[in-house]
Amino acid sequence: MGIPALPLRRPGGTASGRRRLEPWMYLVPALAVLGTMLVYPLYQLVLVSFYDYRQPQVTGAEPLRFTGLANYRELLSDPQFWEVLLNTVVFAGACVLGTILLGGGLAVLATRLSPWVRTLLFLAALGAWATPAVTGSAVWLFLFDPTLGPVNQALAGLGLTEFSGHSWTYTKTSAFVLVASQVLWCSFPFVMVTLYAAIRAIPEEVIEAARLDGASTARIARSVMLPMLRPAMTIVTIQSIIWDFKIFTQIYIMTGGGGIAGQNLVLNVYAYQKAFASGQYGLGSAIGVITTLLLLLITLGYLRALRRQGEVL
Amino acid sequence: MLRRIRTDAAGLLIALVVAFPLYWMVLSALKPRAALEAGDPMPFTLTPTLDSFRRVLLVDGFGQYLLNSVVVAAVVVTASTFCAFCAAVALTRYRFRLRTTLLVLVLIAQMVPVEALTIPLFFLMRSMGQAVPELGLNHLGSLMLVHTAFAVPLAIWMLRGFVAAVPKELEEAAQLDGAGSLTFVTRVLFPLVAPGVVACSIFSFIMTWNDFLFAKTFIISAQENQTLPIALLSFFKPDENDWGGIMAGSVLMTIPVLVFFLFVQRRLASGLGGAVKG
Repeated sequence: MGIPALPLRRPGGTASGRRRLEPWMYLVPALAVLGTMLVYPLYQLVLVSFYDYRQPQVTGAEPLRFTGLANYRELLSDPQFWEVLLNTVVFAGACVLGTILLGGGLAVLATRLSPWVRTLLFLAALGAWATPAVTGSAVWLFLFDPTLGPVNQALAGLGLTEFSGHSWTYTKTSAFVLVASQVLWCSFPFVMVTLYAAIRAIPEEVIEAARLDGASTARIARSVMLPMLRPAMTIVTIQSIIWDFKIFTQIYIMTGGGGIAGQNLVLNVYAYQKAFASGQYGLGSAIGVITTLLLLLITLGYLRALRRQGEVL
Repeated sequence: MLRRIRTDAAGLLIALVVAFPLYWMVLSALKPRAALEAGDPMPFTLTPTLDSFRRVLLVDGFGQYLLNSVVVAAVVVTASTFCAFCAAVALTRYRFRLRTTLLVLVLIAQMVPVEALTIPLFFLMRSMGQAVPELGLNHLGSLMLVHTAFAVPLAIWMLRGFVAAVPKELEEAAQLDGAGSLTFVTRVLFPLVAPGVVACSIFSFIMTWNDFLFAKTFIISAQENQTLPIALLSFFKPDENDWGGIMAGSVLMTIPVLVFFLFVQRRLASGLGGAVKG
């Protein structure tokens, strides 16, 4: 045949090479942004926590000094750190427990309400859920204002005159309770809506069958509904732990940056104050590393819980 | 029947308690300043006025901060959705090594406590400002950069489902019609996952709009570049809080989020349905 031998394959090397490169081209923008703004800072956080990095080092007046674990040693031997850690755990724990109990209780209540009342309840909850932390904190501060707040006015009006002019942020416990009530207000709706959907997803027949077998309402709740709600419960619990452990805005605004003499500090606010108020950036980073590690542990628990439910990647 | 009425009454009471803070916020924003400062305890007002809104918008320059917040949020929404959509295409419509690893990394990235990154990001923005001032401290660019990064992981995770729901056959049909891969993605895939794009845009918007920590850390001295949360905080003055102004500002800041929230609730359900129809 006189036809010149055409290559049977298209210029295959480049075509399949392009096909192999294509996904990476689509990934470039996301990887660039995440790399510079998430991964690199994470590396820097760990690095800085090993250095003596204070205001003189920032301005360049003194050279950077690698001090190894000195920041961590200083933290662990500082009674204030342990107090802040305890504050964080107790505060977050109380918030999580309160959120789950309130959200769960209201989810059960919602199943028994007339549709129009349920709609009203969900609308109110949606409003609380949507309120930004900053404005929520501002409103809460106003509600509990010593002299102008409606709460103190109402209590005084009921004859409890000691509440007129009473400051809710003065003592440590009362300030934490005030912040926790705000956190509860804006975080129970997520739990309520999720658990309500989960309860509604339980097939009517299952409960009907249990009832025919003679199970009481309490028994049905404990032995039939609770096991079926466990996956949803796991999600909302761990999500709440992650949220409440990281709370910054509410504490910062409502207690004026950590309360009188730092009595209301939690880990995130503590790290912020150490770094940006006292200029101890190395120490602040060490607190950040510890917070991240603690949250990582919780996140691993979250992933395992997801895996157990058969969530596929 | 009686029992039903009793549970309904309890539900109604709880709904009122939950809604009360928002009601009080709006009420106090509309009350005349004199009544508010005299500690008027009435749960209603017969003389509503927009004075507080006028005061924050005109005197305190709240309009500028509102605009700043809108600009930052708009850029973040556009940039993060673009990055996330491209990444979602790569992670769902291609099979390549490291794909699963990347997916797991995205999930982990979503859970990094970004609050802990304030310190390194502060220094990153400081050096960024020495090269490109608009992207450094005291400029809105710094907020746009970090929030885009924070929004991307969740956005990828959400869009992934929408992109994966578009049937493979559609891609093959487009190819037969002579559409290249890029044409398919921009002309066929993107319009199909639009509901997902809307949903994840709203999440990015809410996250950026609500940010307090980074706005406070990055915008140190440039008052004209502050965003809403910090402006609101600056109204707090020891013992002489202008509560009418604070509440009016809070209303202005809450309304957009509330509107978008109502939107998400509906859009999410219908969006998922629309994407699967293909």
